[in-house]
Amino acid sequence: MNTKELIVEKVKDKFGESVEEISDFRDDLCITIKKDQIVNLGKFLKDNPDLQFIMCKDVTAIDWATLKKRFTTVYHIYSFELNYSLRLKSNIDDDPPTIETVSSVWPSANWYERETWDMYGIKFLNHPDLRRIYMPEGFEYYPLRKDFPVLGIPGSLPLPFKAE
Amino acid sequence: MDRIKQIYNDEKLLKKLQEDQNITIEDVLENEMVINMGPQHPATHGVLRLVLRLDGETVVGIIPELGYLHRGYEKMAENMSYIEFIPHTDRLDYTGTMCNNVGYVLAVEKLAGIEAPKRAQYIRMIVSELSRIAAHLVAIGTFAMDVGAVTMVMWTFREREKINSIFDRIAGARFTTSYTRIGGVASDIDDQAIAETVQFLAELEPALIEMDKLLLSNRIFIDRLEGIGILPKEDAIAHGVTGPNLRASGVEYDIRRAQPYLFYNEIDFKIPTFSQGDCLARYFQRGDEVKESIKILRQCLDKIPQGEVIANDPKKVLSHKTEIYSKMEELIHDFMIINFGINPPVGDTYFSVENPKGELGFYIVSNGSGQPWKLKIHSPSFCNLQALSQLCKGVMVSDVVAIIGSLDPVMGEADK
Amino acid sequence: MGLEAVLKKDGFFTTTIDAIVAWSRKSSVWPMPMGISCCAIEMIAAADPKYDIARFGSEVMRFTPRQCDLMIVAGTVTYKMAQVVRRIYDQMPDPKWVIAMGACTSSGGMYRSYNVVQGIDQFLPVDVYTAGCPPRPENLLNALMTIQEKIGKTRARDFQNRSLAELEHS
Repeated sequence: MNTKELIVEKVKDKFGESVEEISDFRDDLCITIKKDQIVNLGKFLKDNPDLQFIMCKDVTAIDWATLKKRFTTVYHIYSFELNYSLRLKSNIDDDPPTIETVSSVWPSANWYERETWDMYGIKFLNHPDLRRIYMPEGFEYYPLRKDFPVLGIPGSLPLPFKAE
Repeated sequence: MDRIKQIYNDEKLLKKLQEDQNITIEDVLENEMVINMGPQHPATHGVLRLVLRLDGETVVGIIPELGYLHRGYEKMAENMSYIEFIPHTDRLDYTGTMCNNVGYVLAVEKLAGIEAPKRAQYIRMIVSELSRIAAHLVAIGTFAMDVGAVTMVMWTFREREKINSIFDRIAGARFTTSYTRIGGVASDIDDQAIAETVQFLAELEPALIEMDKLLLSNRIFIDRLEGIGILPKEDAIAHGVTGPNLRASGVEYDIRRAQPYLFYNEIDFKIPTFSQGDCLARYFQRGDEVKESIKILRQCLDKIPQGEVIANDPKKVLSHKTEIYSKMEELIHDFMIINFGINPPVGDTYFSVENPKGELGFYIVSNGSGQPWKLKIHSPSFCNLQALSQLCKGVMVSDVVAIIGSLDPVMGEADK
Repeated sequence: MGLEAVLKKDGFFTTTIDAIVAWSRKSSVWPMPMGISCCAIEMIAAADPKYDIARFGSEVMRFTPRQCDLMIVAGTVTYKMAQVVRRIYDQMPDPKWVIAMGACTSSGGMYRSYNVVQGIDQFLPVDVYTAGCPPRPENLLNALMTIQEKIGKTRARDFQNRSLAELEHS
């Protein structure tokens, strides 16, 4: 069987009831899972000797701008053994949005989760160092949310005083 | 004058000034210093701020701070159409610019299901490899300048000027060109550009040999780089490092071979790897990659077929201006594409290409309209900088400069 | 040119101190490259052997503000970076001039977003604006020549230490 079916079968064996959706748009396999199982799924995918997804390429989030289930976190992971890229998603429906961190499984997720916190306001529980990474420390808003305007809010960032 | 008198008559301030004279230190050798290697620094390759904790001259801890060049690309991408974003991708990795354009356009073509013609794909390969040579020349030149060999910058920029004049001939601008379009490239390349490229390659090989002779017989250069900043294989994968830094640590991962795009599976080239993982290995890695790019370019220039340079899909790809001005249907399609966008189907894709700095990936979420709902840029310099705090523990301050130069971050793409 | 002929003939020439000071200031303008993003690469290209900036007297591109008279701001200035740019401008000794290189520093450029300052003249006094994204090196050399013309017309007594002047008059 080919790689896609192998992965789907192994994940469904172990996490059958938590998997919400498996999709295959434009040949990219994507598994949506409930948010409390994300760390267990990550550990399973990393430690299993047939799969070995040891590199985490990206962690980001999507803001759907609806009242319920507003955010979805997206993880891209890669396996050198199978030469395959996989996408994991999990929907977040509480307010303020929180999810468990995966930096215990993949250390490279550290800065990606800081960026997601800075841009979207999703708090990652048990993260070693959750601070803003792009915007200055005292900034009060989350720029990539759909209710923040592109031009910014005037007065939210200070300019140096022009001496003349 | 009145103001100076005012300061000296202030009671509280005078008392504070006199208090500070009685400072004692318990143990003279037990103090650690916190130093700021600020955003404006000749050796940080852009606006990167490092806060170093030093014990004498040895670095005990390091914290990088980004965000000094955060221009808001992802937010702007949600408000403009796919075609309007192409000039913005130019400015991501501003040392090798055409590769970014090619990567973005390939991601959008994957999402929308458009296929570019063969001649356009070969032209994209040629400009990608020229950009790779240009970016590695800047990297080698500034790296050598940071370590102390100031002549290298002048020599590598002299070669880079020839690449810039080739780009000027092909695309009209020296380096931020926005040359690719969705469905192909903007215009065809003529025979003189190909002749200039062939002549440039003939002049580049002896220049590379000269540069090697200048640096590698210099005892100080070798001593300064050998054994410094060793990045072992498992740590490189765990930190998400990609590109020449990963290949210099022993992992043979190149997207042109692993998931081939354009026509790289028809071209014969090697992937150089080194196993030591120190700064000298990264320097050699970039030099070898320039030599491989020369090989790829020669093969592409031989194999390039004749044909069109833009796809024939009128509902999604802009057609030629002469036809728009003279025929009715092309005019209507042009109006619809410019005003309402190309409308790819609902869904999300991720596509990555091999940039000179690492793996550049675009994750596009579309909701069916002409503007993306979300565009995430996976930039290689952001990931490479994560490894910095581990690499710099226990080295001297001047080695920090060498390590940053060998990792080669570009802040335009690390800060997006 | 004419100087050596005059010196051979009589052995001396007369001029004003203003003219000599202005001539020496404009022939050796030492720039401080505030290279932030893409325009920095074109600034380095202006210093490379093809578009030599050394023939205008500006070869000494030192990165310390205390020794320079011209600040070339090259690259997009964000709000976080603006504090740093202003601080470095304040550290430069008088007389000093500023070139705003490129579209991003003149007016925000193609970035109309929440984090980009729309033009550095909101917090810095600018002498010459350069157009282009990025401007060609010849354009930067043209800006440098304009600054040299401007320096050639100033009088030496126009520049004095501003804060001392404020203290004496307030």
